[in-house]
Amino acid sequence: MTVLLVAAGAAIGAPLRYLVDRTVQRRRDSPFPWGTLTVNVAGSFILGLLTVTTDSTVTLLLGVGFCGAFTTYSTFGYETIRLAEEGARWYAVLNVLVSLAAGLAAATLGILLARALS
Amino acid sequence: MSDRPRFHPTGPQVLAVIALGGAIGALGRYGLAEAMPHRAGTFPWATFLTNVSGCLLIGVLLVVITEARTVHPLSRPFLGTGVLGGFTTFSTFSVETEGLLGAHPLAAVTYFFGTVAAALLAVQTGVVVTRRATRPGRRGR
Repeated sequence: MTVLLVAAGAAIGAPLRYLVDRTVQRRRDSPFPWGTLTVNVAGSFILGLLTVTTDSTVTLLLGVGFCGAFTTYSTFGYETIRLAEEGARWYAVLNVLVSLAAGLAAATLGILLARALS
Repeated sequence: MSDRPRFHPTGPQVLAVIALGGAIGALGRYGLAEAMPHRAGTFPWATFLTNVSGCLLIGVLLVVITEARTVHPLSRPFLGTGVLGGFTTFSTFSVETEGLLGAHPLAAVTYFFGTVAAALLAVQTGVVVTRRATRPGRRGR
């Protein structure tokens, strides 16, 4: 059951990440990886919201499965290295700083909001 | 593959292999997290190792796929977007950092910047090593 919940959440989160990334990236004519930034910040916020829940079904399905697979560190890392390799060093630095800061801010906001509402 | 079908980027086959790969990757991450339980206030080693190893593997994978070999067109969505995307996680990284910040600021800062430094080094290592391995006689690009 545990395994199924994680797998089910991820089976929705991963393709949704791909679709959001493509949609965001298509609208922005920029080498900056806006799509990955969007999913990572949104996913950090949602996981922050989920921190108040004690329901293991919700945690496994939405937290471990969905949020885990909706967000990605590997694509973030790869896109950063690609920007640096292609000479866009400032975009690479900016991507790291903005992703880390916005991800942490979104998680914090989610946690605070969840505590306020619960 | 002699018969190489073309897949629409948002077609059902592509989304299905991403979903399958994502589920496999997430289960790998969950398995590692279960094997290395994280106690509150301690350094989140499981997520750290997941993200850094996933970054090493994406460096290897994407050089193989984009520079070294002709592969099946679903390889990248399955292994890259699906398995490695589902294996690594940014949301847990952010929430764990926040969880450490209040009581263990030094651990939080070490985790926050240590993960990104190790992850970027891992991608770069994966890329460079794979380029050398797949192009004997030439160094890098």
